[in-house]
Amino acid sequence: MSKEDVFSKVVDILGKYSKTEISADSITMETSILDDLKINSARLVDIVLDFEDAFDIEVDDDDADSVATVGDGVNLIMAKI
Amino acid sequence: MRHRVVVTGMGVFAPNGHGLEAYESALRNGTSGIRRIPELEELKFSCQVAGVPENLDEASTRYFTEEQLVSMNSSIRMAAIAAIDAWRDGGLEAPGDDSENVDWDAGAIVGTGIGGMDTIGERLVPLVNAGKVRRLGSTAVEQIMASGVSARISGLLALGNQVTTNSSACSTGAEAILDATYRIRHGLAKRMLAGGSEGVSRYIWAGFDAMRVLNRTRNDEPEKASRPMSASAAGFVPGSGAGILLIESLDSAVERGAKIYAEVAGGAINCGGHRMGGSMTAPNPTGVQRCIQAALADANLTGSDIDAINGHLTATFADPHEIKNWAKALGRPAQELPLVNATKSLIGHALGAAGGLESVACVLQVHKGFVHGSVNCEDLHEELKPFESRIVQQTREVPDLTVQAKASFGFGDVNACVLFKKYDCN
Repeated sequence: MSKEDVFSKVVDILGKYSKTEISADSITMETSILDDLKINSARLVDIVLDFEDAFDIEVDDDDADSVATVGDGVNLIMAKI
Repeated sequence: MRHRVVVTGMGVFAPNGHGLEAYESALRNGTSGIRRIPELEELKFSCQVAGVPENLDEASTRYFTEEQLVSMNSSIRMAAIAAIDAWRDGGLEAPGDDSENVDWDAGAIVGTGIGGMDTIGERLVPLVNAGKVRRLGSTAVEQIMASGVSARISGLLALGNQVTTNSSACSTGAEAILDATYRIRHGLAKRMLAGGSEGVSRYIWAGFDAMRVLNRTRNDEPEKASRPMSASAAGFVPGSGAGILLIESLDSAVERGAKIYAEVAGGAINCGGHRMGGSMTAPNPTGVQRCIQAALADANLTGSDIDAINGHLTATFADPHEIKNWAKALGRPAQELPLVNATKSLIGHALGAAGGLESVACVLQVHKGFVHGSVNCEDLHEELKPFESRIVQQTREVPDLTVQAKASFGFGDVNACVLFKKYDCN
């Protein structure tokens, strides 16, 4: 799977948890999941579970804790698929 | 100083109608919300019918965002729909997530009898038992904590006063309305959302089915299955939904020019102590009578002031005892008892939501001057024959209806009685 495909899937997953309307055009690898997308910090747990399901990977707690930006998520997934 | 408390908004998500217009129409026309639930037959329940509101999923997508729905089980969704409806009906605006304005004078006491059993039964227990605790994610706790229903409402409407969930089995909804009334009376809040919600789940109903307190004789005739006061009553039909009142200090209502449906004239809450005939599952008659009499005293009314009774009346052996308790407590002979009806004949017994759903029915009746018919008691119970002229089977207009009593009684021998009165500016 290409990095672009992973990015696009990650944006879809984040959309479910965001309190604002997410437009794919305005999101970059540097976009902060909590601050820019207004996602409740508790939901990071669910986002990582969705990553596992969508990409058929396993993410341990330390890796999960390191996800702060969209790029962190995409790179984590790219390293495991 | 004791502030007068009035009802300025209502929201209802009932088995026989969503919204005040649909609910009033269903009550007036005797439209039942009780249906056959095929899943209950497959699972070998004795009772295979229930009162379940229609179109919850469709309504949910209109009321909530995808992000909100991630953590809202059926009880929370129905409570939130009824709360938003009550808030808007009261002329108040629901703030968006972007707004930082908290209404410090508004709170919520919204109860539930059993709680988020769908989340517990369908997610928590299977995942924990499979050794997959981690897969629960972050959304389990907020759906199974008892206060999940009120907590969600607070977030949707930015409520900053007391926000809590009470639980007293089948008296929960009525108790919530009284607890919220006391708070406003004492000047601790200007307005409160108050009522109850109960979810849709086989895990909620299973325990009652096992107790053999549910009707198992009319699975093929769902609309005839809930039969309060009938000689052929054979247990209650489980219900679900949410009914919530927006109650407010009279001063606040007048100041902002709100419409006033009725006044919460008074009420009382007590417990029979599981003595004198009372138990975990049966009411102490003295406790019931004392509760009704304490409600009258609180409202500065006498037994002769009550025009109508919306009973607890679940369709068990207890119905005749309840009617006799009313007659004794009010000091009125059978032929002079206030008019009596049972909303459960149309929606079933919605447990923790019952008091909320039925209070909405009462306020509509007091406001509009009618008493809806109780269906399925054409074969009146033998012990209720002396009261026959007082039991309303066909909806009737009662323009001078001034005070209606709503009582709810629950497991644990707990009682709550609320008196709704036509609003008089004097």
